[in-house]
Amino acid sequence: MAKYLLLKHYRGAPAAVNDVPMDRWTPAEIDAHVAYMEDFATRLGESGEYVDGQALAPDGAWVRYDGEGRPPVTDGPFPETKDLIAGWMVVDVDSWDRAVALAGELSAAPGAGGRPIHEWLEVRPFLGVPPTVTE
Amino acid sequence: MTGRRHAGTGVDESRLRELIPEVIGVLVRRGADFASAEDAVQEALVEALRTWPADPPRDPRGWLVTVSWRRYLDLYRSERARSAREVAVDLEPPQGPVSAVDDTLRLYFLCAHPSLTPGSAVALTLRAVGGLTTRQIAEAYLVPESTIAQRISRAKRRIADVPLDQPGDLATVLRVLYLIYNEGHSGEVDLATEAIRVTRQLAAAVDDPEVAGLLALVLLHHARRAARTDPAGRLVPLAGQDRSRWDPALIAEGVAVLQAALARDRLGEYQAQAAIAALHADARRFEETDWVQIVEWYDELVALTGSEVARLNRAVAVGEADGAPAGLAALAEVDPGLPRHTAASAYLHEKAGRLADAADLYAAAARAASNTAERDHLTRRAARLRQTASG
Repeated sequence: MAKYLLLKHYRGAPAAVNDVPMDRWTPAEIDAHVAYMEDFATRLGESGEYVDGQALAPDGAWVRYDGEGRPPVTDGPFPETKDLIAGWMVVDVDSWDRAVALAGELSAAPGAGGRPIHEWLEVRPFLGVPPTVTE
Repeated sequence: MTGRRHAGTGVDESRLRELIPEVIGVLVRRGADFASAEDAVQEALVEALRTWPADPPRDPRGWLVTVSWRRYLDLYRSERARSAREVAVDLEPPQGPVSAVDDTLRLYFLCAHPSLTPGSAVALTLRAVGGLTTRQIAEAYLVPESTIAQRISRAKRRIADVPLDQPGDLATVLRVLYLIYNEGHSGEVDLATEAIRVTRQLAAAVDDPEVAGLLALVLLHHARRAARTDPAGRLVPLAGQDRSRWDPALIAEGVAVLQAALARDRLGEYQAQAAIAALHADARRFEETDWVQIVEWYDELVALTGSEVARLNRAVAVGEADGAPAGLAALAEVDPGLPRHTAASAYLHEKAGRLADAADLYAAAARAASNTAERDHLTRRAARLRQTASG
């Protein structure tokens, strides 16, 4: 088994096929979308592949060390051009192909008009533990 | 390999784990279905880990059987009350002797059934054969406990119709045990140690040279464990390992198990891999390694498995036996898409004295590494060569 991160962007991903901002959807379309996401997580739990899922607020700040005895420097808000992560899911699956299939399902979540969003998601392998037998 | 004991209470967790497949066997003989029996024994195991430190039973096996059976009857009654379904259950154990060894062997086959995915087979084997709790398995693989619980119940549904007395496939059992050992996961429980324990248990239950081969392989690799990382936790490759830290008792045992297996003249992939590990164990210094014989064993391994990974490792061994150019020529025949291809190429380039190329290849190999320990090791190799080149 190997862990993969399915990463969802607010900004920075290529445009989705059904690219309508969520605030232009009907309330029923939003409900259908939320229900799909919850159902997806539940199904992953039942298949024994779910590890974690979190959503992130769009705001925040850049932070860096500013030298001994000084408070960290912060900078914000984020510029409109920044690649902005919206949230993630971590899955533990048998293969890369399975991770891609799951990301495909997640990307099929319904949006405007009840049609799939076809949103681009990033799939990233975790660096795991080293195998013992290598020769 | 003694089990961890709860401080001052004398509960040998390793002994407790050994009893689990036996007790599942007892419940199944009394008429319980495997899925419910396994659940009931798991509940009894969790209870034992909770209560035995303060209140150890005089007869641990008897305690486990009694508590598991009671749990099973509770499960069975509530299930029947829900579904009003009739299930035939003998409330008394059947007569006649049945070998516990045979029962355990059947459990290995069932838990590694070919219809299961590797991940499910691993989880089910660790719980039903290894006697680990769901929490311990989840902790080792860094996933939520509920995820492992689901993986196990799905696996059990998938094999619900497989009769327990069916002969199984030893090859899939060995693959599952190898996977548990080789992935090197650990948490509160060390899975490599557990893999060795259940492989020993299997070797005691079935007389087969490949089972012995796998046991020899894991013993010989385990012998090097202390030397495989330095005090800072950095990976130390075979060439740089302090061989005085290899465990001579494990090596002696591994070599003896392997020799007995090879004498049966039924070679298989695990015996061939163990033979390679044994040749490394034989060399007091890296420079004394018998690379010619190692290449011969890789030839056997390639012939047995056709594995590209074996070809890749063979190319590295050829580089040691016949020089770096021969190694690079052998490597050119191997699928370049293989995970460690770039790392092997970097090593052989370094050996050939082509240091600038080697540094670039190490850096590329680091980017392709599948784990942080190897990535950091390869990055350090690249950095060292670049420093040599510029300084």
